[in-house]
Amino acid sequence: MARSLRQLDYSVLQQCMHCGMCLPSCPTYDATRRERSSPRGRIALMRAVADGELAVSGVFAEEMSYCLGCLACQTACPAGVDYAQLIETARAEVLAKRPPTPSARLWRALTMRGLFLRPRLLRWAGRLLRLWQRGGLQAASRRTGLVRLLPADLRRLEPQCPFIAPRFSHQLIRPVERPRGEVRHRVALLTGCVQDLVFSAVNRDTADVLLANGCEVRTPPVQPCCGSLHAHNGETGPARELARRLIDLLPPESLDAIVSNAGGCGNHLRSYGKLLADDPAYAERARLWDSKLRDIHEWLAETGCRPPGAGLGPLTVTYHDSCHLAHGQKVVRQPRDLLRLIPGLRLVELPEANWCCGSAGIYSITQPAQSEALLRRKVGHIVATGADVLATSNPGCHLQIERGLAAAGSRIALIQPVTLLARAYRAEGASPEVSR
Amino acid sequence: MPLTESQLADLRTLVGPEHVLTSPEDLVAYGFDGTAALRQRPEAVVLPADTAQVAACVRLASEHGIPVVTRGSGTGLSGGSVPTPGSIVLCLVRMDRILAVDPANLTLRAQCGVITAAVDAEAARHGLFYPPDPGSMKVSTIGGNVAENSGGLRGLKYGVTRDYVMGLEVVMPDGRVVRLGNACVKDVAGYSMKDLFVGSEGTLGIITEVLLRLVPRPAARRTMLATYGRMEDAARTVSDIIAARIIPCTLEFLDRVTIGCVEDHARIGLPRDCEALLLMETDGHPAAVEDEARRMLEIARARGAREVRVAADEAEAARLATARRSAFSALARVRPTTILEDVTVPRDRLAEMVAAIAETAARHRLKVGTFGHMGDGNLHPTFLTDERDAEEMARVHAALEEIVDRALALGGTITGEHGVGLAKKAWLRRQVGDASHDLMRELKRALDPRGLLNPGKILD
Repeated sequence: MARSLRQLDYSVLQQCMHCGMCLPSCPTYDATRRERSSPRGRIALMRAVADGELAVSGVFAEEMSYCLGCLACQTACPAGVDYAQLIETARAEVLAKRPPTPSARLWRALTMRGLFLRPRLLRWAGRLLRLWQRGGLQAASRRTGLVRLLPADLRRLEPQCPFIAPRFSHQLIRPVERPRGEVRHRVALLTGCVQDLVFSAVNRDTADVLLANGCEVRTPPVQPCCGSLHAHNGETGPARELARRLIDLLPPESLDAIVSNAGGCGNHLRSYGKLLADDPAYAERARLWDSKLRDIHEWLAETGCRPPGAGLGPLTVTYHDSCHLAHGQKVVRQPRDLLRLIPGLRLVELPEANWCCGSAGIYSITQPAQSEALLRRKVGHIVATGADVLATSNPGCHLQIERGLAAAGSRIALIQPVTLLARAYRAEGASPEVSR
Repeated sequence: MPLTESQLADLRTLVGPEHVLTSPEDLVAYGFDGTAALRQRPEAVVLPADTAQVAACVRLASEHGIPVVTRGSGTGLSGGSVPTPGSIVLCLVRMDRILAVDPANLTLRAQCGVITAAVDAEAARHGLFYPPDPGSMKVSTIGGNVAENSGGLRGLKYGVTRDYVMGLEVVMPDGRVVRLGNACVKDVAGYSMKDLFVGSEGTLGIITEVLLRLVPRPAARRTMLATYGRMEDAARTVSDIIAARIIPCTLEFLDRVTIGCVEDHARIGLPRDCEALLLMETDGHPAAVEDEARRMLEIARARGAREVRVAADEAEAARLATARRSAFSALARVRPTTILEDVTVPRDRLAEMVAAIAETAARHRLKVGTFGHMGDGNLHPTFLTDERDAEEMARVHAALEEIVDRALALGGTITGEHGVGLAKKAWLRRQVGDASHDLMRELKRALDPRGLLNPGKILD
């Protein structure tokens, strides 16, 4: 993968014919009505940088950061522009040319080059965080005003920090689990980072749904981060290293599918071929990896998901598309079709279902105002549907929208589609279809 | 010449400092429209909020002799809103209010920056219809559509933008504001001034408000798709349908190259060995639509269609329309640069023109896919090329010259719906002749004697 816009294959930039079809799909253009905050405007800036006609200025950096990376423009684009590659390259260039402030650098070192490269360490950090949250320290520090000693960024984030789960994925899922009947497929389950710390129960649900559909599920207890966080924020080196580690851990040759249940991770996970294209030792395996990578909904739909025999009672559900699932992976119909398989469940379409909720990776940290505005818009639409449940399938969207619904005083529950399916299978009868 | 600090300060006073953009990043982003390979940075971009601000900006520019290029969403395909050197861009997207719908008189009044699709959506709320549907309608502004006299897929039955303009508010090059036309269907008071500004590409005045004619929304629609072994058979199908006193709302075709690209891209099972694909739609009263659809099917079969599929419902209609809707996308993915042309010939010469384009492309070793509107003779030969390859671009230009000459020889036009702008300026005199070209120039001089509005577009 190119590390600067000048190194990038110029035809990727040229592919944009600046027709403007992306404009109405872009949340930041919608907010500002300024061309430079639109996809084609940003591509024009990138091209000007590649041509040596524009410096990697503060405004350029700001505009690349203001982009949500939601990839709605890729859905709208008639010419098939690879915007994901463009924005990642532009951000890598910003990072190289405009070193971040010392405190931001420290944060990057601690998180992207520290925690998110070391899965065991990340889990320890998670346990500490849980201790803080549940041991009374968080409440005490809020009460005493001690939180005011935190740096501004952290202080803003502190109330947004999700509750860490009591047990992580490896404590809920065995390394190999077999379905009760015949093994139809052998698949690996990716447990993710945030998903592992916060939504390990969703990983358990995913495994259960796979088992109920005849899959032998392999879930290595310690899995490296997929590297999407790094790639989206210009940290190309660590992203490549993580991709290699994950390929080594789960050799694609031995599996029918590698299943991801987080939209953002999945989109990055299926672009390893591009990421490692110039690595002779891994290029070919990375392409094989991409061909086996499936989003959970996509995999279930493709292999013929068994309709649950029982329902969850009368339930009205609306569905929010995670950007990277819908625009990145083009998985749009499948989650809706799976929800409709559940007896008694009524699916109502959410207006602007595929408009970004403002979570967008670390966007809520880097661009809090725009993130909040998008969240309010999303919550407004959700509440107006009158649904009992909002289903969505990405940990970032889940946390963001759950927080937004709570702030709006809504009682709409947020449940991931795979959890709804798992509950329906569990409601079928006494014994789960699992032999552990 | 760069603007002076005091000129910029005056502009900031007029529209508010946040609506005057001068950073290099902003100027790069407004340095182009939807046309391939045309780029020029303006000196500043100004985003006025209303007609009074537009007029004030124009007066200021006029006092200082600064050229003004008006722009909406910048989706034009002939370079009409590409800045000229030393110019201010007036971007009118903030003027985006629909002012009134009048169901008794079937009119809609809107500011120039309203998105075209929003005009039709508002009309639909009243059971009414705004038919012009240029390909960019979800993005383009109604002011831009009027300035370019945009077309769309429904030309044969419903006409083009001009046929729906009843009145305009225009800011003249000296800053005067004039209101032209009105809600009367019949109005012969003086020259039809509004018509002068429809399709004037921002060279005569700045359109700030439009009064549009609406029609009742058709209650039913029927879609069918036919494939042919010869382009002439598709063309004859269209002539026979019209001779049978049927005016379909859509008659869209794809040629063999385009069909192949669509199939590569979308894999919808089109036969790659057919020479033409024809998408037909009829709309109106349900009973009439049923009858017309049946007769169109018979005509298509009689004219040797290999296969005709009729959509049973809306979902199937959408599937059948996929081939046509994805035509441009499919072509645009093939090579880095996509040049979309729009020569147009009288309907009965269309098959001949398509053949001439294919022959010219082959002779110049170029990949050109042609699709377009068979009902109105409007073709879109699409050159798939690479602007960095100078040798290939020379062949593209040579082929274009020949295609233009052929279209004119067949009694056609250099542009059916994209406008002249910068891209087709060199051919205008060839089409209209010296006397007519001079008349256009005299008109421009009479209204804009100092040549400050969109200079260098349409005419030199």
